[in-house]
Amino acid sequence: MATKLPSYATFGQRVWFYTFRVICGLVFFYLIFPILTIIPLSFNAEDFFTFTPEMLRLDPDGYSLKHYRDFFGANGDYSWIQAFMNSVKIAPLATLIAVSLGTLAAIGLTQPHVPFKKAITALLISPMIVPLIITSAGMFFFYANIGLQGTFMGVVLAHAALGIPFVIITVTATLSSFDESLTRAAANMGADPVTTFFKVQMPLILPGVISGGLFAFITSFDEVIVVLLVGSAGQKTLPWQMFIGLREQISPTILAVATILVTISILLLTTIELLRRRSERMRGITPG
Amino acid sequence: MMADTHFDENGLVLAADGTPLKQSLARALRAQKIRALLLIAPLLLFVTISFVLPIGEMLMRSVQNTAGTEYIPDLMPNVVEEIQDWEPASGEMPAEPVYRALAQDLATAFENRNHTQLGRRFNYESAGMSSIFRKSGRRVSNWDIETDGPFREKFLDIDDDWGNIEYWATIKANSGYYTTSYFLAAFDAQRTSEGIQMKDPDQRIYSKLMVRTLWLSFLITFCTFALGYPVAWLLADLPAKSANMLLILVLLPFWTSLLVRTSAWKILLQQQGVINDFWIALGFTERMSLINNQLGVVIAMTHILLPFMILPLYSVMKTIPPSYLRAAKSLGATNTVAFMRVYFPQTTPGIGAGSLLVFILAVGYFITPELVGGADGTFISNRIYYQFSSSGNWGLAAALGTVMLVVVLLLYYIYDKLVGVDNVKLG
Repeated sequence: MATKLPSYATFGQRVWFYTFRVICGLVFFYLIFPILTIIPLSFNAEDFFTFTPEMLRLDPDGYSLKHYRDFFGANGDYSWIQAFMNSVKIAPLATLIAVSLGTLAAIGLTQPHVPFKKAITALLISPMIVPLIITSAGMFFFYANIGLQGTFMGVVLAHAALGIPFVIITVTATLSSFDESLTRAAANMGADPVTTFFKVQMPLILPGVISGGLFAFITSFDEVIVVLLVGSAGQKTLPWQMFIGLREQISPTILAVATILVTISILLLTTIELLRRRSERMRGITPG
Repeated sequence: MMADTHFDENGLVLAADGTPLKQSLARALRAQKIRALLLIAPLLLFVTISFVLPIGEMLMRSVQNTAGTEYIPDLMPNVVEEIQDWEPASGEMPAEPVYRALAQDLATAFENRNHTQLGRRFNYESAGMSSIFRKSGRRVSNWDIETDGPFREKFLDIDDDWGNIEYWATIKANSGYYTTSYFLAAFDAQRTSEGIQMKDPDQRIYSKLMVRTLWLSFLITFCTFALGYPVAWLLADLPAKSANMLLILVLLPFWTSLLVRTSAWKILLQQQGVINDFWIALGFTERMSLINNQLGVVIAMTHILLPFMILPLYSVMKTIPPSYLRAAKSLGATNTVAFMRVYFPQTTPGIGAGSLLVFILAVGYFITPELVGGADGTFISNRIYYQFSSSGNWGLAAALGTVMLVVVLLLYYIYDKLVGVDNVKLG
């Protein structure tokens, strides 16, 4: 397969070339259309989950911000905004724990001589691999024993554990291209290890730390099962509210929530992409 | 000759402080190792408490023989002791001492308000036992152990089922601190008076669910491969600029909340949804049922897991020089032969990595099957959750979880050998 069709291509090659592109186009359509469809649907003036004739005619009367107003409690139901606030409280704390402990450990893991390195890495990555229902079942039992079940702290600790693999992966990846002679140079010029860490190492690995943190944040922000089992009604997060809403009768407010979450994802994706380019530029690689 | 401070009397090299160089190097290495471990230690401790111990607790729960939080032998010490002499194979009811012990234990349990939990525990093994425990609690608590005997007749007066030998066999089989009965239940087996047997085929729910989970995960993995391979190939083949643009179309769903994608599918696929409306607009008269069945699960989960297939494939395909295919063709290979013998074999590491990752993730899926799966599209995870939310049989939930954990860890091990966990890349 070639990028451009040469002028001497046979008929069969032409057919294959365009068929292949059409197949890929359809897959891209499949990937993106569910996400793009719910955005206009969220501006529906009616409580329908499909395009009304008014919307298809692009009649302004067919569109409204009704579902967004409901999200903020215009219909007297504040559960959505409360759930949103709970998510906003839990996710940053979980991220903070995951990032601080994870970065330290990643630095430890990239030292030249680490005993049991493979086993430790496998263990630290495993919260990402073990199915969430198993993790939450174990946490349900164990956290009940130590009095954390149904508490805010319990959910934060659980979410921090789930975010750690992402921090480990991104920070070790950034550290693998970190030039160790820089820390030696800093030490040589009289900097103590703490100064060296904050003034030399940290600025260089910061892009990796931030993208690890964003992954950890989104993991907590998007998590349902652990909250269902470890949390209680006081820790109702946005995903919890969505999950319950989807299981019972769907309220169209979900369309507005989904659109808000897609917007957040786009912002995060842009941030990570910019960070990736920055770190590649700093390492002297042109962004590819 | 160098200054003699650098050698000791045996001719060994000395470090600046006078210790032999070998020893000094070993000390430096040890210091390095300790420093590395000290940096890792806080996280290791944290993960142990918040993740490893909970998993261990779940494993323990799958074999602990408890009702509520207490062990059966602690709740029924007298019965457990007396019943050892009784043999279910004898075909006779247990003797008076066993009933007397039951009266004692049940009275204590009633006082501590856990006789219903005891009943529920045995009800998991033999249906109907919950009611006789519940029924008997209050009555037994009024009896005087010293004077009110014999107790066998009194129990039979409350309920004839206290003479049911199968029930007593259940109590005897589950009288230890540890039990295998949850695992038997997880594999649809049961203990009968003739030993361990499989349940009737129409009662085998868990093995059916496990097979369904594995089969649907396999199907979904295959779908992601079939759809992801051409896309990854196109991305690897395009110039970097346009590839990066198209990659956004892969990464945006990858970054979008799982619940958002599941709700999008739930909204699009429903009877009165956008897809069915479009279908009717095309001139068809019958609306398709795309949701609350296996089809819905496959459509939604393939969409959700597709990026996990495309990204590893893409990173492998990017390293294959396009000149290889050209060389094969200039040596006379047809397009098909060049692809099958030159290109495809080089992409197998990517296929292996992507497929394993998708399969591991699919096996443990909960949210999507729960919301779009209906009755015949649910996975084993949903059944485990059901034990927590409705049925309350935590031991069985733990046993099912343990079985699932073993499968996933096995796959994780293969993934580690094949790809290496430190080679996992995100985005």
